[in-house]
Amino acid sequence: MSDHAEAHHDDSHYWKVYFILLALLVVSIIGPLLEIRAVTLITAFGVALVKAFLVAKNFMHLNVEKQYVVYLMATMLVFMLLFFAGAAPDVMKWEGDNWVKPFVAQESHVEHH
Amino acid sequence: MRPIATTRSAAGVPTGRLAVWWVVASEIVIFGGLLASYIMQRLAHDEWAEQAAVTDWRIGGFNTLVLLSSSLSAVLGHQAAERGDGKRAAKMLYITCLGAIVFICVKAFEWSMEISHGYTLQSNTFWSFYYTAAGIHALHVIAGAIIMLIVAADAKKNLELHRVELIGIYWHFVDIVWIFLFPLLYIAK
Repeated sequence: MSDHAEAHHDDSHYWKVYFILLALLVVSIIGPLLEIRAVTLITAFGVALVKAFLVAKNFMHLNVEKQYVVYLMATMLVFMLLFFAGAAPDVMKWEGDNWVKPFVAQESHVEHH
Repeated sequence: MRPIATTRSAAGVPTGRLAVWWVVASEIVIFGGLLASYIMQRLAHDEWAEQAAVTDWRIGGFNTLVLLSSSLSAVLGHQAAERGDGKRAAKMLYITCLGAIVFICVKAFEWSMEISHGYTLQSNTFWSFYYTAAGIHALHVIAGAIIMLIVAADAKKNLELHRVELIGIYWHFVDIVWIFLFPLLYIAK
């Protein structure tokens, strides 16, 4: 079968991870109900990162996969960050030292009403 | 004659599994680009909070529970396949498919409600992102379920058991995408 010999666990291991994921799901729902921005960021998005890590490590067995596969995934995530860093200033700012985006202000005005 | 993905191992990883990792890598760019675009637009438009408040976190939360549960059955199927127990592996894949069906039914109900209240793809940019992101994800769920049925049919006869792991990797990735979509579309108001 697969060369993931190290990844063989008793089924109880996966049940344990599953229950941790469920507990984290509850945290990610209850936290934002407090309506405190910092708590929302941590419980909703911080916990999402932890959940994704747990699934990738325990269910996808990325921790015992060849190292270059991990680097491949990490490279794609870096591409995403590069895209964000490159596009965000244009998308998120409406004006700069020598430029403005009047059409964006217009669209926003239309959306508002 | 067995397919090359079964018999060959390129760069230390069986070819079939390597191919699935490449699929996942390309999917990261697809969903990553979409989510990054959504995040930067959302941060630039505070007024989207009114629209985001319409989405129902109870429905999103229930679907998260369904996908996490289906990920568990997928990995239990993989473990059964590793032990050479094709029948149990197939059973676990069928349970995973059931999760996919529940997910899609809930989504259909949710979208019907939202569309009937006038929130459509063209209502504004928030709803365009909402339907595009959730829609592409739902298509991945449907595709995964169909592939899983094909893999399960073989696994039941103890054939091509390595494929149980391959569809599992894809399925867990679909789960991870939803893990990020849930707070972005349902929680952040």
